[in-house]
Amino acid sequence: MIIQLTHLVIGAVDLVAAFLFMFGLKRMSSPVTAPSGIFVAGIGMLVAVLASFLYAFDVSADAKPFLWINIGLGAAALLAGGGLAWLSGKKVAMTAMPQMVALYNGMGGGAAGAIAAVELFGGKAQGPTQLVVTLLGALIGSISLSGSLIAWAKLDEILNKPMRFWGQQAFNTLALLITIAVGGYIVFIIQSGSPPLLTMPQLIMLFFACALAYGILMTLPIGGADMPVVISIYNAATGLAVGLEGFVLQNPALMIAGMVVGAAGLLLTLLMARAMNRSVSNILFTNFGTVVEEKQGDIKGELKPTEAADAAIAMRYASSVIVVPGYGLAAAQAQQKLYEFVKLLQSSGVSVKFAIHPVAGRMPGQMDVLLAEAGVPYDLIFQLDDINDEFKTTDVSLVIGANDVVNPAARTEKTSPIYGMPILNADQSKQVYVIKRGQGKGYAGIMNQLFFSPNCNMVYGDAAAVLGKMIEAVRGLSSKAA
Amino acid sequence: MNFTIDLTGFVAVYIFMLAAFAGWVIIGRVPAILHTPLMSGSNFVHGIVVVGGLFALLNASTVTLQAIGFCAVLLGAGNVAGGYAVTVRMLAMFKPSSHEAAPGAVLPLPAKKS
Repeated sequence: MIIQLTHLVIGAVDLVAAFLFMFGLKRMSSPVTAPSGIFVAGIGMLVAVLASFLYAFDVSADAKPFLWINIGLGAAALLAGGGLAWLSGKKVAMTAMPQMVALYNGMGGGAAGAIAAVELFGGKAQGPTQLVVTLLGALIGSISLSGSLIAWAKLDEILNKPMRFWGQQAFNTLALLITIAVGGYIVFIIQSGSPPLLTMPQLIMLFFACALAYGILMTLPIGGADMPVVISIYNAATGLAVGLEGFVLQNPALMIAGMVVGAAGLLLTLLMARAMNRSVSNILFTNFGTVVEEKQGDIKGELKPTEAADAAIAMRYASSVIVVPGYGLAAAQAQQKLYEFVKLLQSSGVSVKFAIHPVAGRMPGQMDVLLAEAGVPYDLIFQLDDINDEFKTTDVSLVIGANDVVNPAARTEKTSPIYGMPILNADQSKQVYVIKRGQGKGYAGIMNQLFFSPNCNMVYGDAAAVLGKMIEAVRGLSSKAA
Repeated sequence: MNFTIDLTGFVAVYIFMLAAFAGWVIIGRVPAILHTPLMSGSNFVHGIVVVGGLFALLNASTVTLQAIGFCAVLLGAGNVAGGYAVTVRMLAMFKPSSHEAAPGAVLPLPAKKS
């Protein structure tokens, strides 16, 4: 009787949780409803976790003697893992968000892999379908764990350079094939009952070691600029692994939540790749940036430096300004200064908008978060497709810390590595000011024709310092007028 | 009455297919401006794996299984708590121009200046 009741309660709670997850994600489609969306998803998670302790009433006979220890361990793990992650999540800077998301995602992949390990070591996974799905979930979860850790290390700049060696792709493919072969051998041994070459625990450990190693090998050669796509892929991978382990455990809430996230992550990945004009396989399996064209297209004109104050005053008397922020803005921690300057312009009657390229920042949408953090209202922030036609009728474009996303070579220069990438049409506005640290090149390692065009002036210096001077210049102007 | 769940064969495949389709459709409507909170939010949702970890841990019968189950719950709990904390923080930052904006309005355009 008590066991029936346990199943009824857990089943009902998981159903509610699955509904709340989807309802919550649905509400995240607008900034207005999004905070309530994550809240209802959180309620779903809380009740599902609490209800899962009811499994204690229906544990297998051999686990009965350990029940109280296991309950204690479960509570301790929840408090320790949840507590530490909660504190780190509350403290992390918004600029460090991509690596934090990568880290939390890796944890989820690791958890899915660990569940598979329990099933395999405990000998609970029986039958070919169960075994194959368990191993597949273990493989994907393990790759997601080790790969996310490498992505985290790269984004956190612990690992600086992409690591590449001759024959890397062939080596990586071989590593994956070996992992699959070990997995296949495990299924064969369990099904046929023939004596294995190694003991079963050794085989399982070998399988996990290979899967984890493949995750590392696969992520090492990918450059820092491609990390947004990689995080997105691993997010989808963890979702898939969770869904597969949900099938093994016969838990529909895990199956649904995992698969919803898997599909969502896949869609986000494709959107990101499209914004970079590259296929996902191109990002994963080609070493972008290794074959930088030495030969530049003919660049006509010259760089025309100008003073921050002059640029500021020109913007003060313009009627419309579009700001194009890039990661350089965040690197200089100048978002607050930028919004202060923008508010000054607005109070002088200038219409100011922000134009965000899909790959601005280190993960999709990060620049939007960084601007929101500085207090920029979301209705001033526009995405590429929504604003690109407005540059033609705009007086001034102010490009800060962005380079490749405004490079007109993407439209015209067939030999350019970024050819075909959608760009913001900053070059079409009447005047362009570019705030830049120095004369360096962008991620793609190519010169930007925009900087040499007749309607463009360069303002050299640290973004925060330059914006400080701009604020002073505009303030000085209005105090003189008064 | 029997409330155990039996999701084998095609039933499982149907669940996967419909859930994947739902995920694709739900996320397809999210504006690019929310892509980062969306990613951390969906990251939080797959933290439901912690429930599977608890199930595995409660059924653990050897020290090895207990240790791995403990890791599963530890990592899953980190996924849940971390994902939730950063998503809530980020979403709290998105504010419209004027606080009088009608509730329910989707991305209102800024008023045209004359």
